[in-house]
Amino acid sequence: MSLLSVDVAVIGAGAAGMSASVALAGLGLQVVLLDEQGSPGGQIYRGITLAPLSRRDMLGPDYAHGHTLAQALAASTVRYEKGAAVWQVTREHKVTYLRDGRLQTVQARAVLLATGAMERPFPIPGWTLPGVMSAGAAQILLKSSGLAPAEPVVLAGCGPLLYLLGWQYLRAGVQIKALVDTTRPEDYWRARRHLFAALRAWPYLRKGLDLMRSLRSAGIAHYTGAEQLAVEGSEAASALTFSVGGKAQRVATRCVLLHQGVVPNIQFSQSLRARHHWDENQLCFSPVSDAWGQLDVPGIYVAGDGAGIGGAQAAALQGKLAALGIASRLGRLSDAERERQAAPLRTGLEANLRIRPFLDAVYQAKEENRIPADEVMVCRCEEVSAGELRKFVALGCAGPNQAKAFGRCGMGPCQGRMCGLTVTEVIAKARGVSAGEVGYYRIRPPIKPITLGELAGE
Amino acid sequence: MLVIGGGIHGLSTAFHLARRGVAVTVLEADYCGRHASGVNAGGVRTLGRHIEEIPLALSSRALWHELKHTVGDDGGFVPSGQLKLAENPAELEQCRQRVQQLQTLGFEHEVLIDQQAVFEIIPTVARHVVGGIWVKDDGYAVPYKTVTAFRLAAEKLGVRVHESAPAQRIEQSGSLWKVTTPGGVFSAEHLVVTAGAWARELAAQVGEAVPAHPEGLMLMVTHRVAPFCAPVLGATGRSLSFKQFANGTVVIGGKLIGSLDFPARHGEVDMTRLGTSARTVTDLFPHLKHLGVNRVWAGVEAFTADDLPVIGPSRKASNLSYSFGFCGSGFQMGPGTGKRLAQQILGEHSEISLDAFAVDRFDAASPAPTPVFQPATTIPHH
Repeated sequence: MSLLSVDVAVIGAGAAGMSASVALAGLGLQVVLLDEQGSPGGQIYRGITLAPLSRRDMLGPDYAHGHTLAQALAASTVRYEKGAAVWQVTREHKVTYLRDGRLQTVQARAVLLATGAMERPFPIPGWTLPGVMSAGAAQILLKSSGLAPAEPVVLAGCGPLLYLLGWQYLRAGVQIKALVDTTRPEDYWRARRHLFAALRAWPYLRKGLDLMRSLRSAGIAHYTGAEQLAVEGSEAASALTFSVGGKAQRVATRCVLLHQGVVPNIQFSQSLRARHHWDENQLCFSPVSDAWGQLDVPGIYVAGDGAGIGGAQAAALQGKLAALGIASRLGRLSDAERERQAAPLRTGLEANLRIRPFLDAVYQAKEENRIPADEVMVCRCEEVSAGELRKFVALGCAGPNQAKAFGRCGMGPCQGRMCGLTVTEVIAKARGVSAGEVGYYRIRPPIKPITLGELAGE
Repeated sequence: MLVIGGGIHGLSTAFHLARRGVAVTVLEADYCGRHASGVNAGGVRTLGRHIEEIPLALSSRALWHELKHTVGDDGGFVPSGQLKLAENPAELEQCRQRVQQLQTLGFEHEVLIDQQAVFEIIPTVARHVVGGIWVKDDGYAVPYKTVTAFRLAAEKLGVRVHESAPAQRIEQSGSLWKVTTPGGVFSAEHLVVTAGAWARELAAQVGEAVPAHPEGLMLMVTHRVAPFCAPVLGATGRSLSFKQFANGTVVIGGKLIGSLDFPARHGEVDMTRLGTSARTVTDLFPHLKHLGVNRVWAGVEAFTADDLPVIGPSRKASNLSYSFGFCGSGFQMGPGTGKRLAQQILGEHSEISLDAFAVDRFDAASPAPTPVFQPATTIPHH
């Protein structure tokens, strides 16, 4: 095991990680950027340096935007370690990762977590059947391998990523059988108080409207206000059933792509025992940080969607702000200089985040799709249903960590990544308390998979 | 009576007291089984016990075998046997001496076996193993399942369990013990302290200095793999405790000390030491090299100066009993120790002596520390 000493270790080469690394290197700091993928880009710009121009064109101008960031990274002094799966970060800034089957350790003076978002679980009846995937996973197949469904597909749920995938599929010539939207007309009405702010972020809003318009003009069946979603099938998905305005609907398909928004990936910040709070608008936990993204663990910073969902452009700006905070902490920048450089970034960030309250309100995941009925599987690894979880609560189970003791909930291979939020919300509802009070799973290493042989250094 | 600590010892003691008609309240700082009791490796092991512990451990093992009958749930106990491997002739000789010593004292539960017998019990083990010690009635259980079983059984008998109720202060006033928690003051005639790593601090409040210290003990669990190993395994020459559960996961430990953030009640894992442990496993089972590690963690446990627990009455205050400091080997002892302590508190007779575990044993016996430097006997001249 080799030990590397650097000023800053940045984890994740997405929008936030790339921009922060470049900025840190520009401030004269020695940076190592660790990312598990084979090329930079994170999820939003996945495979950006490798994608053929035709695919880049198909995926749209926002995707191509990542190319600029990747070029800046390539031109910088940042030590970019691809294929590096970080499995532990300590409160003492020691980062352990696996690369080419070998354990490596970096001792840094500060660590930036830029690990982005993950999709919110979508637990409905039949969501564990083969043929059901998340829209995000389907998009990864498209971005990294150019793979798309071979048969007409049904997209269901809500949120920008779902519509974007629909638009990308149209351009890729994939047949979309239906867009089953859980957004109801009254959701727009509820969000109207945020509309003025959203209008000031007009380019964003226009992009969204353009996406929806092209989906509609392509003649795709578009159901809105869909409720009681369920995937039908015994061995595999055969149809999506739902109701609109009390009328039962059924769309036959072998491929259902579900999505209802993304939430911060808090695996590292949780494993570091940083303080988190429950965000009532985004309905998720986010780490509590100061104006520079520093957590309540000194020298550990967070930027991008991992700090709270804000999108790629906001993430890039947050990355730069964190870089200023870190540089100042490490004595590279005076407070005054830090503030001077931060001012335009903050203005940009504010403008960028204006649309968020509107989006959060319109596309807030519906309770029936977050807190499922008794028969729905919550923990897929250990096969614990919502009903069993409610039984645990009746026996005195007060939170996710006790749910493990009552029935192995969250103890399988995914270590709660797939069920964490659902478990918190099911228990909170059953106990009649807030999700914040119930809390989240205690996250332990390895954050990324490691084998016994690798751990043994063989 | 009041019990401080909702781990296996507190809940087992409460259960056995309640069975005898005593009204008991358990105060748990976090939630039941949060620390050592709920997150240990689950070994039900009499093998390799300190001589002083053997009678109590054997009585506890008998209770493990009838757990389903007494508490209504078997706690996931599997009488798989436990096997301690000797990896070379010198280690086998150590094993032989140990078994002989036990036989001289009248204990027959540990049996010396040869290489062939080891391969019969566990055909997948590496071929360099030369023999070992076999205890067929030992096994393993599921820690949190066992703790929950004791808790539910105790509650059924009327025991009241208060979680998130950390004992901040204990004091005896008149004939009553008063325990202050953030949620209020609890009082009872008799107080039992089974607070694991936090017990030392409570004992200190009544002026009882116990040379105990907390450690974070590390464990790891793997992904599922096809059944390849029925018994629990240990090693003679290196630190290992190893078992495959019925669901296929493999739990690897063996008193691996991690780092500890005691104020935060948190044990942290230490990479380097885990690597050593992983190497022991892949040496013994090369085919596990590609098995994924699912989770590593550390539980907080109390260790004493002589590696033995403190069980029995306080020597400084009346109506106060202790049961803590099991040095990472307390899970197996839970059922038996709870019963024995309940008997002692209620003045029932038992054959099993608790003398070796007296809280004041450290007072007289603490030997002078060995100096680090001493006069050299010869002085080298080159």
